[in-house]
Amino acid sequence: MSPKASKAPPAPADPPRAVQLEMYYFMRLTRTLDERAHALHRQGKIVGGLFSSLGQEAISVGSAFALDRGDYLGPLIRNLGAVLVRGHTPREVMTQYFARATSPTRGKDNSQHFGDVRRTGVVAYISMLGTMVPVMAGMALAARIRGERRVALTYVGDGATSTGDFYEGLNFAAVQRLPLVVIIENNGYAYSTPVSRQTLLKDLAEKARAFGIPGYVGDGNDVLEVYRMTRRCVEDARAGGGAQLLELKTFRMRGHAPHDAAEYVPRELFEEWARKDPIERFERALGLSPEERRAVEERVQKEVDDAVEFAENSPWPEGPEALRGVFEDDSLVRFTPWWER
Amino acid sequence: MPERTYLQAISQALREEMESDPSVILLGEDIGVYGGAFKVTEGFLDRFGPNRVIDTTLSEEGFVGAAIGAAYAGLRPVVEFQFIDFIACAFDLIVNFAATSRYRWGQGVPVTFRGPWGAGSRAGPFHSRSVEMWFAHSPGIKVVAPATPSDAHGLLKACIRDNDPCLFLEHKYLYRRVKEEVPDGAPPIPIGKARIAREGKDLTIVSYGMMLHRCLEAAARLEDVSAEVIDLRTIYPLDRDAVVESVRKTNKVMIVHEDTRTGGLAGEIAALLNEEAFEHLDGPIVRVTAPDTPVPFSPPLEDFFLPGVETIVRAARRLAAY
Ligand SMILES: Cc1ncc(C[n+]2csc(CCOP(=O)(O)OP(=O)(O)O)c2C)c(N)n1
Repeated sequence: MSPKASKAPPAPADPPRAVQLEMYYFMRLTRTLDERAHALHRQGKIVGGLFSSLGQEAISVGSAFALDRGDYLGPLIRNLGAVLVRGHTPREVMTQYFARATSPTRGKDNSQHFGDVRRTGVVAYISMLGTMVPVMAGMALAARIRGERRVALTYVGDGATSTGDFYEGLNFAAVQRLPLVVIIENNGYAYSTPVSRQTLLKDLAEKARAFGIPGYVGDGNDVLEVYRMTRRCVEDARAGGGAQLLELKTFRMRGHAPHDAAEYVPRELFEEWARKDPIERFERALGLSPEERRAVEERVQKEVDDAVEFAENSPWPEGPEALRGVFEDDSLVRFTPWWER
Repeated sequence: MPERTYLQAISQALREEMESDPSVILLGEDIGVYGGAFKVTEGFLDRFGPNRVIDTTLSEEGFVGAAIGAAYAGLRPVVEFQFIDFIACAFDLIVNFAATSRYRWGQGVPVTFRGPWGAGSRAGPFHSRSVEMWFAHSPGIKVVAPATPSDAHGLLKACIRDNDPCLFLEHKYLYRRVKEEVPDGAPPIPIGKARIAREGKDLTIVSYGMMLHRCLEAAARLEDVSAEVIDLRTIYPLDRDAVVESVRKTNKVMIVHEDTRTGGLAGEIAALLNEEAFEHLDGPIVRVTAPDTPVPFSPPLEDFFLPGVETIVRAARRLAAY
């Protein structure tokens, strides 16, 4: 176990072609949902903000495929693909974006801030970056205490590797030898801030040294490499190897959110990374036939159409729903002001 | 005289303070090249250079601590939180380190912490919070929450010149929605002084921030009730005299805020009036506030959560008729 950032050869084998086709389907689904959501946002139909994983689909999909059924996953704003792989539906995503009563949070929270620990192992994240690292360490701790062979996996952006929570959470996981895998999704920018203004390290995975854990660097736009490297980390963590840090290099192909035209990003970078598009690369690697491609396309379109229609036709939540769910016992939140009685 | 939005007034105050005092520096995420998430510091990097306009790492605890240190060493840092909700990530350094510093060892901390607060923008539970009482309850830090462009301008200047830590809350719903003439170089406005936003004689409405505007609208709709509206402008130190004096005149009072009810400022003001003006009260002290829930996201939920003009009118009518 070398604590140095290295391009260690990923041992696990590629999944069979049928599984790879599923991975391809999830990448397409993620992108199609993303593109449709952006179109709907321009039409003013989506409430609040919207975050895109355009160009980063390989990380979410490849890493989620590397987990086993009972494993835990803590996503972030650019991990729509991982959430879909874990079993959350396009309908769940769209109703969240539309802020409807049918959404997983019944309109209480936005974006992809939802999850289901029991069904999918996904933990709903909050906006405060870095927080998922210690929380997912806690899930890994619980698994060990209960004698379960579960692994917890979570992501941080290059920006969020500067937070205290990232350090505290990972260090805790390291000394406790917890089965936690943290993927640094290095997409070049944190909002407008380039990685070079976030760290002096060449590779963020070098931070593994600070914790005394293994750190690896991989190509985040190659879904099979993402799969293999994550699988290796997951297997090592599950076998008692403790916390693992994996940096995957990719690029954010849009601004931070729709309001941001990303003028601070040199255009050449977009062009350069467009050539490395993870979906096109995977199509080539798979040697996808036109029929296979069309079949996936149709499947994806149908599901996204259905999700949008379902969300648009879903009712809004009723105002007083705002008072429910703060505690298990709703009667604890009382709100009938004097003048209404 | 130039008309300025609330946001432009804040920007102007920062610019003027930086021009007149070289010890004023800015720290925050994306405030330099990008000009800030809301563009408050647009153009500042070009004008003042990277030594005074510092794009920080994504580390609230880190750059807040650095600001405190820089203040000890003689500078006057102004820290921007991208959304004020993220101030929670730096809570320890602010309430334990900065706010107690003068009391503990006589060393003041002239840092201004500023950022967009408040609900109404469909921004969900983590970009909508009211954080004023976390800090009002932590002795040693001043808490300011202007409702108008000229107050934002004058009070921000006062915060920057103040030798104690100040939390300057900018209501993001007002950034581009209110406009007013704000003269270049207008002087600071004293911290801790409330303002009568509307004169009246039948009842007093006390508020601040975005709710102040809803209260004014409600007051205008109360044809047969003459409501006095007090804009607190500062949460701590509270202008107790202004509130007590108004209630002595009108004998009835309601406090309106978008912060949640339990432990909110309205409870504090009610206790104050109980002590200082009990014999002048002709009706119950009314609290119009958000319920004790996180700020919900979906429009119908957020609209239910936030006190609306209708609600304020209804409460005022009941109180007036009491
Ligand atoms: C603790 C904290 N501070 C500030 C923010 C505001 N903010 C939201 S996203 C973002 C940049 C995130 O960059 P990175 O972690 O690299 O993730 P990316 O968006 O690039 O995927 C910032 C500063 C936040 N969400 N949390």
